Amino acid sequence: MEKAAYNKIVKKNTPSENILKNAIIAFVIGGIMGVIGNALVQFYSYVFDLSSKDASVFMIITLVFLGCFLTGLGFFDKWVNFARCGLIVPITGFAHAMMSAALEYRKEGLVTGIGMNMFKLAGSVIIFGVVSAYIFGILRIIIMGG
Amino acid sequence: MTFKYDNVYINDTSTVVGPYEANGPLSKYFDKKYKDFYFGEKTWEQAETRAIQDSTLILLKKLGKKSTDINVHIGSDLLNQIVATSYASAKMKIPYIGIYSACSSSCLGLLLASNMINANQIKNALVTSSCHNNGAEKQFRNPVEYGGPKKCYTTFTTTGCASCYLSNEKSNIKVESATLGTVCDMGIKDVNNMGAVMAPAAAQVILQHLKDTKRTVDYYDLILTGDLGIVGKNILKDYMKDAYKINLTNYDDSACMIFDINKQPVYTGGSGIACLPLVTYSYILNKMKNKELNKVLLVATGALMNTTMCNQHLTIPSIAHAISLEVVK
Repeated sequence: MEKAAYNKIVKKNTPSENILKNAIIAFVIGGIMGVIGNALVQFYSYVFDLSSKDASVFMIITLVFLGCFLTGLGFFDKWVNFARCGLIVPITGFAHAMMSAALEYRKEGLVTGIGMNMFKLAGSVIIFGVVSAYIFGILRIIIMGG
Repeated sequence: MTFKYDNVYINDTSTVVGPYEANGPLSKYFDKKYKDFYFGEKTWEQAETRAIQDSTLILLKKLGKKSTDINVHIGSDLLNQIVATSYASAKMKIPYIGIYSACSSSCLGLLLASNMINANQIKNALVTSSCHNNGAEKQFRNPVEYGGPKKCYTTFTTTGCASCYLSNEKSNIKVESATLGTVCDMGIKDVNNMGAVMAPAAAQVILQHLKDTKRTVDYYDLILTGDLGIVGKNILKDYMKDAYKINLTNYDDSACMIFDINKQPVYTGGSGIACLPLVTYSYILNKMKNKELNKVLLVATGALMNTTMCNQHLTIPSIAHAISLEVVK
């Protein structure tokens, strides 16, 4: 049988992802994350009398801590599995990616385990984050003049 | 290539499983069930070694034999360099052959052992097949705690070890023949769709077996494939019908039997080396002993890939080996 004909059988029998359902879940959970983030910014700027720029740093620290903490407690992976991009795209996803890799390799030593593997998932986020920041920075200078 | 055997018998088997299998529909047939993924060890890799040791000890106890009575241990697992089995074998002191043919290793192990017994080179052999869900996830996919979303048609690696003792001493289950498969590649690249990768290999070996033995599919009471899952099972049925005009009616897939797919979070079924032998050595052999099944063809399927080759966007080759079991009358 030709590969093309076989591919047809595969396509016929392979279920497709429910994109709409996934998108709605990610939209709602991601939105809730945004509301929580904003509430934290308001809270910090009100309670500690900070500028909203400083308060958003505090907000990021809080969310990163919560992401790591809940991963450590062992149930954040189930939330991620359900909410998908709703929890992966916000900063919680970054914290969770690093924490889960650290947990996975902790038995293989501090340096050879945690040190070498902690950025297994998050490493590419940082690399491409820096590269895109660089490109957009240059574009900004060219288009907006700084 | 098909081998016929005259004096190879399955005398006894043992099964050790993890929490998901223990909560599955075949729970009552397993010898030992663990409640968590660590099996009292520190890591998942060590847990797999523990499962192999447990399973071997249970089997030796059932047989009333010592490890020195065993001629050869043939073992396979999914960890890199087959370490889980090698570490378990280090404690058993049985002459050891470590084999790797991905998830088709279980049948390959039975085939090699049967060949040696049939040729009177050895009197008996111990064949172990094991895998560990978290160990496999760590090696092939993302960290377990990451819980990243997966495709809805992927499969869930089983956890446990299944051991089998074969010998030339007569018992009621005979290894009748075995067919060695060839590697095939139908151009599938999707690492999540292992059923689609492996179904053509299963079809090829079933066809070869029927041709070599001059049989039809009706000869067998049950043809049981390894770990295709629901998707692969349907693909194999359609493929056999379209390409070879063979209707697979007396057919099932062990990946669809070991878990309750509707209730457990296992996507489209089980996978891994241990999937087929766990189902066979518990549920299927039990049915054969009760004479509900007389002739069974086991077809273990394996995807011969690793993460490096998948990241290089190569298509995934697959292989399958078949073993024919018969009840001795």
